[in-house]
Amino acid sequence: MSDKSREAEVQPEPAPQQTARPEAGEEPSRWGQAARDIVGGSAMISVLSVIIALAVGAVLIAWTDERVQETAAYFFARPGDTFAAIWEAVAGAYSALFQGSVYNFRREGFAAGIRPLTETLTFATPLIAAGLGVGVAFRVGMFNIGGRGQMLVAAAAAGWVGFALELPAVLHVAVAVLAGMVAGAIWGGIAGLLKARTGAHEVITTIMLNFVALYFVAYLLRTPGALQAPGSNNPKTPPMQETAILPDLLGPNYNLHFGFILVIAATVFVWWLMNRSSLGFQFRAVGENPHAARVAGMPVKMIYVYAMLFAGGFAGLAGVNQVLGTVTTGFGQGIDAGIGFDAITVALLGRSRPWGIFAAGILFGAFKAGGFSMQAAEGVPVDIVVVVQSLIVLFIAAPPLVRAIFRLPTPGAAPRRTLTPKEVAAK
Amino acid sequence: MKLEIRGITKRFGALVANDHIDLVVEPGEIHALLGENGAGKSTLMNVLYGLYRADEGDILLDDVPQHFSGPGDAMAAGIGMVHQHFMLIPVFTVAENVMLGHEPTKAGGRLDLPTARAKVREISERFGFDIDPDALVEDLPVGVQQRVEIIKALSRDAKVLVFDEPTAVLTPQETDELIEIMRQLKAAGTSIVFITHKLREVRAIADRITVIRLGKVVGEASPTASNVELASLMVGRAVELTVDKGASVPGGPALVVEDLSVINPRGDVVVKNVSFDVCAGEVLVIAGVQGNGQTELTEALLGLQERVTGRITLDGKPLTGRSVRQILDAGVGFVPEDRTEDGIVAEFTIAENLMLDRSTAAPFVKAGNLQLDYRDQFAREKVTEFDIRTQGIDTHAGRLSGGNQQKVVLARELSRDLRMFVAAQPTRGLDVGSIEVVHSRIIETRDSGIPVIVISTELDEVTALADRILVMYRGGIIGIVPGDTSRDVLGLMMAGEAPAGTGAAA
Repeated sequence: MSDKSREAEVQPEPAPQQTARPEAGEEPSRWGQAARDIVGGSAMISVLSVIIALAVGAVLIAWTDERVQETAAYFFARPGDTFAAIWEAVAGAYSALFQGSVYNFRREGFAAGIRPLTETLTFATPLIAAGLGVGVAFRVGMFNIGGRGQMLVAAAAAGWVGFALELPAVLHVAVAVLAGMVAGAIWGGIAGLLKARTGAHEVITTIMLNFVALYFVAYLLRTPGALQAPGSNNPKTPPMQETAILPDLLGPNYNLHFGFILVIAATVFVWWLMNRSSLGFQFRAVGENPHAARVAGMPVKMIYVYAMLFAGGFAGLAGVNQVLGTVTTGFGQGIDAGIGFDAITVALLGRSRPWGIFAAGILFGAFKAGGFSMQAAEGVPVDIVVVVQSLIVLFIAAPPLVRAIFRLPTPGAAPRRTLTPKEVAAK
Repeated sequence: MKLEIRGITKRFGALVANDHIDLVVEPGEIHALLGENGAGKSTLMNVLYGLYRADEGDILLDDVPQHFSGPGDAMAAGIGMVHQHFMLIPVFTVAENVMLGHEPTKAGGRLDLPTARAKVREISERFGFDIDPDALVEDLPVGVQQRVEIIKALSRDAKVLVFDEPTAVLTPQETDELIEIMRQLKAAGTSIVFITHKLREVRAIADRITVIRLGKVVGEASPTASNVELASLMVGRAVELTVDKGASVPGGPALVVEDLSVINPRGDVVVKNVSFDVCAGEVLVIAGVQGNGQTELTEALLGLQERVTGRITLDGKPLTGRSVRQILDAGVGFVPEDRTEDGIVAEFTIAENLMLDRSTAAPFVKAGNLQLDYRDQFAREKVTEFDIRTQGIDTHAGRLSGGNQQKVVLARELSRDLRMFVAAQPTRGLDVGSIEVVHSRIIETRDSGIPVIVISTELDEVTALADRILVMYRGGIIGIVPGDTSRDVLGLMMAGEAPAGTGAAA
């Protein structure tokens, strides 16, 4: 047998690179790696990202402030004027943000002063719920971009139960909440099932399901006998019945409703699920390393479905909060209010940990509540808040940038570059 | 060209990967760099190749100090590298791969392929390679791909060639051919640095041997040194190179595989009509060159392959058509081939990894709740029992050395109630010390009356562990031979030649 023919037979696999790389193994998918990076980021990075974003926001506020622009014209003659103007603009804007979101000192008495904080919590409620939906999926290595669709179908289901059914007081709201969460779960579960059965990527399917949900709900809203209010031509539902509305927590003077308690319960549940339950252990194992999870006998595909059911359920809770708590006078197709997408940011900032998401949701709730008062009081465009939110995500997505700004050490960087020092280190 | 490395120090944070390493390679010399995995060999070579910048020290070529800021500089200076993991683009032809990075161009920036082809032919002829410059790299066998790497380095007039663990993927015969090529290169005046941890090859070809341990040069040796001397230099203590095992006391057949075929997702039949059995209390080693169906066969045993025909029974109960969970529950312990990918979850703690395949039932889970106290107690016991070197059970498994990761996997699998134990490439990439531990655990398992299957491509391991050896070739069984079969016969079988006297089952 000649040299060549023998060698040609020794290697029957036409993809020898794969088999020739025992250590490297299969390249992790880019999305999977990104998910791991996001989940693995440190809390410090999150906090610092917020600080840098607020600093950049301050620059933008100063830059766009008319008074600053005026004084900058004679900066070299009297620089003090410019600095004073910058200080006034930034301090004014951020103090308005604070007073609009935490405590308003201009109001008389504690009860009125604290109202902004309750507004913050009200805004935070659906953000936290949807954030949990995105976060659970992240932990399983999936990007749930479908918060919007899951919220919409949940809102439709909960809303229909809320205005169309006649049920006793407590039962009615419970059934409505449940109906919404189940609808959201099913909508999320579809994406999970598609991934498990066909390998369709959840980023694509959840985005597409957003459109399906949007136009489906829009259709229902225009169809008399479905969601449309009787005798109306507007694509809007009738108001919710009293029995289906989530009760106010602090009386009629405040918007904060029982949904906030549900969201706290959901956060506790997610903590238990991810850290203490068998299912959560499998969720995390699949999220970190689906190959090892499969070899360890975990039903990886079913885990994807379960995870998306939970994710959709929590996003659904956000939709329920909107229709049964915040906007109880009937809703249109804009009821999701972009929360499904903000939730991604919330989950990122909260590093997909339940209490991190809770805190991040409250911060974003504060931005929402305070952003309006900032605009009203100081004339600072509310868009600044959106820019600050976006910058937070940007900085979280680029931990090396944050570390460079604050001169933090790079944790674990050296061992990651090569196998050699890692092994020496562990000895 | 004479290569001199003077006092090279490379730190990663607090860790010193190379500590004042000195090395001189004379022209026309084959200098072996011997050391365990993680000793710092690859780091040193990456410094030499310009991939890392040394914190201290100099690299001199013909007594001229060099300053490399990247592999391009190193190549220009005459250093070539044949990487362990080939740096070739599978969908490009040989000629295209060889010219990659310094493409000859004609007017207008058009590629000058004929020149590249001519260059490939010229170098092939010089060394007696038979390589078609227009063949796609992905169609070539591994041994030939390696030659493409060599041609690539030589086409840039490399005077110093670094071979990084070149024999890891080769059959014994291909290894012999590679050694012959290295001799030719040496005769042509090329200086060669040969990185390896295989003692046999070092002694076969090296002119001088430098042993590195924990980032430091711990000694020089001549090729006449014995294996035991070299191994103890590498490890820093006396080592047992042979596995201390008594004769096996095989019981009746426990695992019976009949007519098993596996079809991969691309539709190729990668395991063809394989039948064999394994007795209780014996070690069957499945040998063969990487990529001849062993991986797929192993996965089929564990229920990890989707398209499987034939029958697998363990103690009379069928395993085919069962889920991985059910097969694990039937008492099959499994050490996967790719430890970091399939064996552990790097971001999980040691304690979590130790319960990875028992995450649904008692004692680790009760009523859906993780039993954290039990888990931690279990982990502490196993860390002691298996001598897992770690700061604590909460250390992430990814931060452990390969040997300690493998001990975690072994501890997890051997702690279950086993009816069968399957270990795929159990010592791949491990240091000599860990290999000893793994081997003795495997033999202990055998001696407790459990059927054991070991899949290995390393002849040393095959002969050390096997009671019987099954050699696979192109998806079939080329023969099943006794454990004391000579290496030459095994080598030929791995290359597809059925041994005389045994009927080829393929």
